[in-house]
This record gives sequence, structure tokens and C-alpha cells, in this order.
Amino acid sequence: MCINDGIGYKNRIVARNFGSNVYRLRIPWRPFSNDAASNLSSSNAGNPTKEGEGQQYDIAIVGGGMVGLALACSLASRPLTKHLNVAIIDSNPALGRNHFIKKEDLPDPRVSTVTPATISFFKDIGAWQYVERHRHAYFDKMQVWDYTGLGYTKYNARDANKEVLGCVVENKVLLSSLLSCVQDTDLQKKIYPSRLTSMSILPNSSSLEEDSTASETVLFTHGRLAKLELEDGHSVYAKLVVGADGGKSRVRELAGFRTTGWNYSQNAIICTVEHAVENHCAWQRFLPAGPIALLPIGDKFSNIVWTMNPKESSEFKSVTEDDFLKAVNHALDYGYGPHPTSSLLGNGDIFSWFKGDITMSAHDCFEVPPKVAKLASERMVFPLSLRHASDYASKRVVLIGDAAHTVHPLAGQGVNLGFGDASTLSNIISEGIAVGTDIGEVSLLKKYEADRKPANVMMMAVLDGFQKAYSVDFGPLNILRAAAFHGAHYISPLKKSIISYASGEHRLPLFS
Amino acid sequence: MASSKLLSQPRWFRFLPRNLSNVRLFSDLPSQLPVSEPQNSIESKSNNRFSKPSSTPSSLKEPELAKFSAIADTWWDSEGPFKPLHIMNPTRLAFIRSTLCRHFGKDPLCARPFEGLRIIDVGCGGGILSEPLARMGAAVTGIDAVEKNIKIARLHANLDPTTSTIEYCCTTAEKLVDEQRKFDAVVALEVIEHVADPAEFCKSLAALTVHEGATVVSTINRSMRSYATAIVAAEYLLQWLPKGTHEWSSFLTPEELTMILKRASIDVKEMAGFVYNPLTGRWSLSDDISVNFIAFGTKEN
Repeated sequence: MCINDGIGYKNRIVARNFGSNVYRLRIPWRPFSNDAASNLSSSNAGNPTKEGEGQQYDIAIVGGGMVGLALACSLASRPLTKHLNVAIIDSNPALGRNHFIKKEDLPDPRVSTVTPATISFFKDIGAWQYVERHRHAYFDKMQVWDYTGLGYTKYNARDANKEVLGCVVENKVLLSSLLSCVQDTDLQKKIYPSRLTSMSILPNSSSLEEDSTASETVLFTHGRLAKLELEDGHSVYAKLVVGADGGKSRVRELAGFRTTGWNYSQNAIICTVEHAVENHCAWQRFLPAGPIALLPIGDKFSNIVWTMNPKESSEFKSVTEDDFLKAVNHALDYGYGPHPTSSLLGNGDIFSWFKGDITMSAHDCFEVPPKVAKLASERMVFPLSLRHASDYASKRVVLIGDAAHTVHPLAGQGVNLGFGDASTLSNIISEGIAVGTDIGEVSLLKKYEADRKPANVMMMAVLDGFQKAYSVDFGPLNILRAAAFHGAHYISPLKKSIISYASGEHRLPLFS
Repeated sequence: MASSKLLSQPRWFRFLPRNLSNVRLFSDLPSQLPVSEPQNSIESKSNNRFSKPSSTPSSLKEPELAKFSAIADTWWDSEGPFKPLHIMNPTRLAFIRSTLCRHFGKDPLCARPFEGLRIIDVGCGGGILSEPLARMGAAVTGIDAVEKNIKIARLHANLDPTTSTIEYCCTTAEKLVDEQRKFDAVVALEVIEHVADPAEFCKSLAALTVHEGATVVSTINRSMRSYATAIVAAEYLLQWLPKGTHEWSSFLTPEELTMILKRASIDVKEMAGFVYNPLTGRWSLSDDISVNFIAFGTKEN
């Protein structure tokens, strides 16, 4: 969650001097919500659609994942937008019926760490009560260190006068909570269990995509709308199309948004593990090939996210369970390097004039994470990349969540950025309706972009900077990193501001 | 071309410095131009010499549709030459929404607070103000003296079922007074500075308002600052408006506007200014009425 008080990734040196400490936590893998098998089950009954004559909606949310549903919930919770007619387009059959998550189910390895800012957003839209009925784990402590054994940082929520640093929740729990929340509201919605095949904006003097045979009748019947064509033959007309369909967004592709980004030559292995004791702390250790993180999920279970190069990841995926567990324990303990020494006297003196009122956690010694006893789920492997859309909005189309930006999971920020997008977009739509604006107007949507883009880009730059800073094993660099660990550990104002930024309180680090 | 109105000005009118050589025929010029905004159509300046007779449009033919569709796109292209107007619009609407909701006792949290209100947009141009008002639930009539603007406005409004109910007429306020039309709210934004006889114009606005109805007028202040901003900066330096769009001497100060509205039995209750922040590129409401300002009044007696 935490990040340094970031400068761009170009100023790595400066960043490290300020204390660049990172502990990496989970992000969800959103593609799962869209790529499910295509057993098309019909959704809420409502009015049956007539084939060939598309239904008209105010907003069509393409992608019923966590961020798409969060947007729907947020619209439902505002007085000015709760009367809107919303269509949700997602081929995931889980959206059709609310399947029960049994308490005895083992935790799914796909989890997200939600920041306090996201938790309060959920509380505002009324979805957090549903999350609390299922397994979720607040944590208030965090330890970050690396393989060189030269330094470590411990964070405690009380350093920044908070109760928690975050909460780890399984993605399926978040998804079903948001679905229950939106179904309990009065929002007029219809779920289309299908995929988007094509999209066009009518009327088109400058045609946007394929297939825009807008006859005069269509023009004057449906006016200035976007027309979406689905795989199952339905047509949907909407004033605004929201692309919430994940990193491989079809909406983004159809609307012609350019993206920049690159693939990290790293994969992440995720799985659920079990301990003999309870774990209430988040652990992250930077290894030469990438960080390994251990996050508490609750009930003695934890989630492992281990970033490494692709060859190793396929090896680790196929070794036996025992070998894998041994490797994990090794990586968290003495593997690749020694433990950091935790002598306060030796290291703390340099910073004594910085200390001010020293935080509680600065007195905490280095601890070894709890041993992993059992593997509780299958191991999954994912490639990591960074991607950012050059624009978030154009006429009648707007992108939120992973469709707009994909980040490295090393700080658990991905889905939290997406929830921030959903919150801001629903706010902007509400303001637009207050003054009678057409919600598909570019000028309105650009306000959303102007609000979110700088924050998202800054976070991505910071994360990318960390990813690069920690992927190099080079003597002087290691010393600098160690100095950074110490700095963040002992300099209280720095630690407080790191925690605040990572908690989602401030959009930009340092400047608030 | 000189307006006969000039010969019969009320006595107090002489205290207002007017540039008598630049005569604009008393008509509702469909400018809707705040300070930093380009002229919506140059033709309107030349067309305003003749007051257009009110006419109901002929049924739209195919070639006309195509031709006006192209123009309509530019007028309504929010990234095009009318971008400053589009950017300013939400700010004006915010003021109108809050004052009208308060005056008519409507719930501000409602999505369509103007349901049941009849509003007239005098000098509507392409309908940039009329459409949001219609989306807010009002029964809107838009009038403009330039036939072309009415065509564009009607074409664009017909594209959305919510706004296709707007009644557009190519006419003037006086003619509607003669027809004895009445409205709950009369809105005339950025028109009065282009009118030859503001006092008579205000009387017409008042006559169109029902008893205890609302009148909203916005214009540009006549001050040193507005000369620097509206004339020099907007027309010459930044070239946001064609030269000669505004006559500084025909601007009204807030006191003068209040006075002539009072004489037309409209009590000005609230006033606000618009300020432009060049860094963010946004307009906002403020207490600074030294350049653009908007006034809300109610009709008494």
C-alpha cells in the first residue's frame, strides 16, 4: 500500500533518499470477471427486450466487475442519479444469480487490499455491510524489508492515528457484496449477460467504428446516442458508455483510445496458504527477482503474492506442494540473504535530529513472518504489465478502472485507483445532471479525466519507479535502499505521509 | 436604419452614455456572448439590421437537413470555436438553478426541479441554454431574431426526446408581448448589451413574466476592467470574439441594470459575477461583478 513520497520514476535517486519503502499487497485480477464461461443465464426479468429494436438507457456500463458495479452502486446512492436507467453488460454468469459464498469455503487466491479511502467509499454507497458478512481481514501492521539485510521498516496504523492500514478481501466477496448492494437499491438496471462486439456513436458525421448505417429514422428516434451491439444479437442504446471491462478493454479498443505501457518481465504467482497461528500483519520482502508478499486474509489463512521472472514462475507452479512451501518459507526467512539487524542504537542515531516525536513502530524490532504450514489453494500465475490510456474520455465514452490504467501489484493500489475512478465519475455525472447537461458531453467527461488522470499517473510513476529501483542488485544502490528503509522507519513525518498517501487520503504525494 | 426609439428616449436615459452612432436596431440579438467567447455566427451581426418576421419553419427537406446538420455540428461541437461558451454554460445554469429553485420552492436535490415551469430563453442562439433547461424539466420556449439560429437549435433539439419539446420561434420579445404570452421565468443572457433600448427591453421582459415570476438577466459590466478584458483581451489580443462584437459604451453597470429593471417592476434580489480562471480553464460564480455578472429579479406589483 505505501509508497514513497514520490517523485517520478526518473528521479529514482532523489526518491530513495527520501526513503522509498514499499510493502506490496494484492491487487485483484479483473479479467476473471469477464472471461468466465459463457453459459448465458438471463438476468433480472424486467422488461423483455425486443429483438432488433434496441433498448435505450442513460448509461451502459460495459464490464460488471468490481469497478463497474461500484459505479452502479455509487450512482444508485446519489439523489441526482438514482433515477437513471443503467445497463450492465458482462458475460460472467455469476452476475445473473447471486450465488452464496459459504463460510467454509477456502479463501480464493484472488484477493484485493482495499485502502481506508476505499472502505469509506464502500460505506458511503452502502456496500461495506455486505463485505463484513463474509471473510475479510483488517490489518494494522506492516513490515517491509529486503534480501540484503541492511534495513527494514515497520508500519503501524497508529503512527498516522488510524485504526487500520487496510483490509484484505477476496475479489469474489467484493463482487458479490457490490452486486447485492446494487440489487437492493431502486436503481433501474438490466444486466446483459453477453459480450460487446461493436459500438458506434450516432449520429456520425465522422464515423467512429464499423457499422454505422444510421438511417434517418434511427437518427431521429435514437438521437445522439451510442449504439452497442452484443454477441447475442441485442442492441443497446445509451447516452453514455462506461468502459469498465478490464485491462484488455474492448470498449477502449473500439473507441480508439491509444495506450502506452510495457510488459514487466515478471510474473506473479498467487495462492492461499495456512499458518499454525493467526497472522495480523502484512509482510513484504524484496528479493532479487521481485517481491514476495504475505497478506492476512483471516482465520489463520494468508495470501501469497510472489513476483519473479517467468521461467521461475512456471517452475514453481509445477513443483510439489511441499517443495513450494519450503521455497516460500525460505524466501520469507533466510533465503537470498540475512535478516536485518534491529539494533536501534546503531542505526537510529543518525536520524536522531529528524525524529521529533518518534512513532511507536520505530521501536518495533524486526520479526520473522509466521511459517507457512499448508497450501490451501491452487497456484495461479499472471504476467505483469503497466498500461495507461492516453485519454480517459471521448464523446459518449469514458474509461474507468483497469481499462484506463493497469499497474504493478507491488503496492496493492490497482483496484483502489479503479474505485477512486468510479467515485469521481459518479460525482461528475451527478454535477452534470444538476445543471441539465447531456451526460455524454465530452466537456463533462473531461472534467473526470482532469481529476483522475494526474493522480493515477502519479501513482503509476511511483510504482514503476519502485519496480525498477528494486529490480537491480548493485552495491551502492543496495546501500541507498537500506538508507531509505531506515529513513522511512525512523523519520516519523515521512512515515505518516507514506501511510496517508497509500491509504488513499491524498491524491498526490507530498503536495497536500 | 436608425431606430425610431432613439428619438423618444425617457429623460433619465440621457445620463447613460451611449454611443449614438452605433445604432443597433432594437431586436433580440441571439448572441449569448459572455466575455471570453467567440461570436456564434458572424451572420447574426449583419442580419440584425432587419428585424426578422416571426415565421414557422417549413418542413425540413433532405438537402437542408444535410446542410444544417453540418453547421449544427460545429455550433454544438464542444471542442470547436464555441468551446468557451460551452465551458461557461454550467456556471450560468448553476446560478439559475439555485435561484429559481429557491424562488419557486422546488427541491434542489431533484433531478428535474423545473417540472411544471414555463421558461422563455430570449436570444437563445443555438439553444445552448434552452436544452439544459428542458432537461431540468421546464417547458421551454426559445426565441431568437435570426432564422438560421432557430433552425440549428431546432435541429439539434430534435435529436433528444427530452429536448424535442422545446418551442423555438424566430421572433422578438415585443412581438410575444403583443401576443400576450406569459412565462413563469424569463431568461435573457448576454442580450441586453446588444439592444438599442435596454429600458424598453426590460419592460418587455417584465411584461412576459407572470406576477411573482422570475427574470434573469446577464450582461457585462461597464468598467475599466471589463474594457480591458472584454474588448481588448477578448477581441484584440486573444481574438476570442470578432472585433466590434461589443460596444463598451452599451454595457450596463449593475446599478443601472437594477434601476431599469426596477422601473419595469422587477425587483433584483440576487446578483453574482462570473470569473474565469485561466489556469484551470473554468468559470466559477463569485461576488466579483466587475466584468460578467448575472442578476435575478422577481416581478412585483
